[in-house]
Amino acid sequence: MRRKELSILILLLVLCAIVAFMNPQFLSSANIQNTSRLIGTYGIFSIGVGIVVITGGIDLSVGSMFALLGVLLSMMLTEWHWPAVLVVVVILALGAGLGWIHGLLITRLRLQPFIVTLCGLLLYRGLARYIAADSSKGFGSGKGFQWLRDLATGSLFGVPMPFVLMIIVGLVMWMMLHRSVYGRHLFAVGRNEEAARYSGIRSRNVIAGAYVISGGLAGVASILIAFYTNSVSPSSHGNFYELYAIAAAVLGGCSLRGGEGSILGIVIGTALLQVLRNLVNLLDIPGSLDFAVMGAVILIGVIADQILTSRKSESRL
Amino acid sequence: MTNSPFPDLMMHALQMSGISKRFPGVTALDSVSLDVARGEVVALVGENGAGKSTLMKILAGIHQPDSGTIRINGEPVAIRSPRESASHGIGIIHQELEVIDSLDIAGNVFLGREPTRGPLRFIDREKIDADTIAVLARLNLRLSPRTLVRDLSTAHQQMVEIARAISLNAGILIMDEPTSSLTLTETEQLFRVVKDLRGAGVSIIYISHRLSEVQELADHVVVLRDGRNAGTLERDQIHHDALVQMMVGRDLNSFYTPRQSPAGPSSETDCFEVKQMRTRRYPNSEVSFAVRRGEILGLAGLVGAGRSELAAAIFGVEPPLSGTVRIHGVEVGIQSPREAIRSGIYLIPEDRRSFGLITAMTVRENITLPALAQYSSSGFIVRSAEEAVAQKMCAELKIKTPSVEVAASNLSGGNQQKVVLAKWLSLDPKVILFDEPTRGIDVGAKAEIYQLMRRLADQGVAILMISSDMEEILGNSDRVAVMHEGRISGILDRPECSQEAIMRLAVA
Repeated sequence: MRRKELSILILLLVLCAIVAFMNPQFLSSANIQNTSRLIGTYGIFSIGVGIVVITGGIDLSVGSMFALLGVLLSMMLTEWHWPAVLVVVVILALGAGLGWIHGLLITRLRLQPFIVTLCGLLLYRGLARYIAADSSKGFGSGKGFQWLRDLATGSLFGVPMPFVLMIIVGLVMWMMLHRSVYGRHLFAVGRNEEAARYSGIRSRNVIAGAYVISGGLAGVASILIAFYTNSVSPSSHGNFYELYAIAAAVLGGCSLRGGEGSILGIVIGTALLQVLRNLVNLLDIPGSLDFAVMGAVILIGVIADQILTSRKSESRL
Repeated sequence: MTNSPFPDLMMHALQMSGISKRFPGVTALDSVSLDVARGEVVALVGENGAGKSTLMKILAGIHQPDSGTIRINGEPVAIRSPRESASHGIGIIHQELEVIDSLDIAGNVFLGREPTRGPLRFIDREKIDADTIAVLARLNLRLSPRTLVRDLSTAHQQMVEIARAISLNAGILIMDEPTSSLTLTETEQLFRVVKDLRGAGVSIIYISHRLSEVQELADHVVVLRDGRNAGTLERDQIHHDALVQMMVGRDLNSFYTPRQSPAGPSSETDCFEVKQMRTRRYPNSEVSFAVRRGEILGLAGLVGAGRSELAAAIFGVEPPLSGTVRIHGVEVGIQSPREAIRSGIYLIPEDRRSFGLITAMTVRENITLPALAQYSSSGFIVRSAEEAVAQKMCAELKIKTPSVEVAASNLSGGNQQKVVLAKWLSLDPKVILFDEPTRGIDVGAKAEIYQLMRRLADQGVAILMISSDMEEILGNSDRVAVMHEGRISGILDRPECSQEAIMRLAVA
């Protein structure tokens, strides 16, 4: 484990210890279940966004994608009565397809990732609201997709399913990022796109691939989130989720300049964010301070890291 | 002026004498002198690395001399910063234009000293426009001050820089290769401006590789060689041969052991052929040449002759406008580096830190990067195979590193260059393009790189070696091609190779 991951893991454990000490509720089985369910759901799409960050890009579109895909998910299942398996395939394909379009715009037209995915953020939110006529979409007591509901809300041997899914996704992505040729090329392109090209790497395809992965994992997460909330209100569903993902990736050691990061770090970063939200609840901090607490803790963490890093490099000189 | 007790001193706008400058490991300037009289054009010439740019950087306040004196209008001065340089009336027109193309002409000419009015310091548009028109008039230019610089031709952008310099009351104007990107008519325009400025009493230091320009403009020529004054030619002595003689007249040291036997059997077909290639930099020049198996073809020429652009075109980094590349008589694709690599053409780029290596990655990761497919099975990297080849390459090329897991940024220049080479050696090279293979590398590592290059050639690789280092060219090449302004001005066989012959073709 590298230093970045270790330091954030320590921060996570210290926070857990403090919360547990101040409110033993933290360790109650219900709380652990719920927090780990959220970690699983958020972890899945944060891994996708983190991979994009490793290429030196950014994906701001996932939050709005959850609204658009969530609305479509509800309509396909409860209004059009498509078979659940087909619906899942369509949702995943849509997520990956939107990511592919982002990737093409970024690599072929040389548009900036920030702009492309910001437009996605606006576009998908608007489309979701229009398609749903700005009203909430639910799943009612629809039949034939109980297993989908179970994926979001059920457990396997007491472990929430989303967490199990995240572990599976995490392992696959870990193999991909840290063991495969494609993963090595991703890091190379993120570090120095030109030098990678000079080594014969198809930089553009490698980068576009990262957006496909991010879109695809957003598709997976969109199903989990929709069934977790059990109702999709298109104007607020998934708001700010892209920022949770970016924060998790950066906390976990991904550099926004690209070329740095790990799956393990992103997962620990996600966990840290969820524990912070949990902390606000359990320590009777007003819920309205939710974001403020998160912002403050991240800022302090980043400042401490920066100071330690510059100390370290000074002592080396 | 007549009141001065030293009238001869007052004649000189600039006198630099005994200027020396040492950098770690190199003496860039050794007691160099340069005098420029008021209203005179002095051409400063010399090979790449002769010390011209260091001397000019001293005038620009970027470097401080270790010793020597600088007098401006007879007064000794110290130039400690670019700002002080400007305050002494020194203006510099760089080869790479330094205009801000999203601003208009007026904004560029008066950048950083815009006339303002009112307590909120709004820009005084009327004054800035009027002042700009006045400055442009001195250059016989009638352009609207509000024209955006990006809408101007290169020649006019350069005029904006000159306008900026003279609006600063520059008495001494340094022009570094000012015509390198101008057309013929634009060049003539520039010459008129230079002559007008000279008539108005401005002193001009004109750096150029082009002899015809020097002959046309210079009142006298100062030649630098290896950081020393090699001589001065007065207006009526400026001849091609005299100049070339002065630029190269040094002994080649015996550091190299040039190979005596001719390259391979001469009947063998050319391994690597480039035909009628045109690059973006010189769209009107075609380049054709061939390299035999086992041959090292040196590619000499002055900076800006288009050699690196040629290498970038062959390697597919900047695909050529037209032209073909053949290997063993078969045409190969070079539309991207990937295609070139598949064809067996590899490039060792000049800027290894930006293009040759991913410096933050480890030595192992860098070595295996272009050939990961060889060290993987079904898309996953086989770590042991990867490590084995990295270790083998480090041993074979004598790469000095604590381990293959060290980031490439921690290695010395020579060892970094060997890592770049190692990337390609594990593949099957047919052609290797070396662009300035030993720039910034110490002497010991240089010799090792030369040995490696020769060993590769002996294994049948065709090598094209671009170098601005005359000794490197003469010491390693089996033949030497010389480029001048985008075309090959001549190819010399081993017996004909000499510094004079190469330099003659380079400036021709």
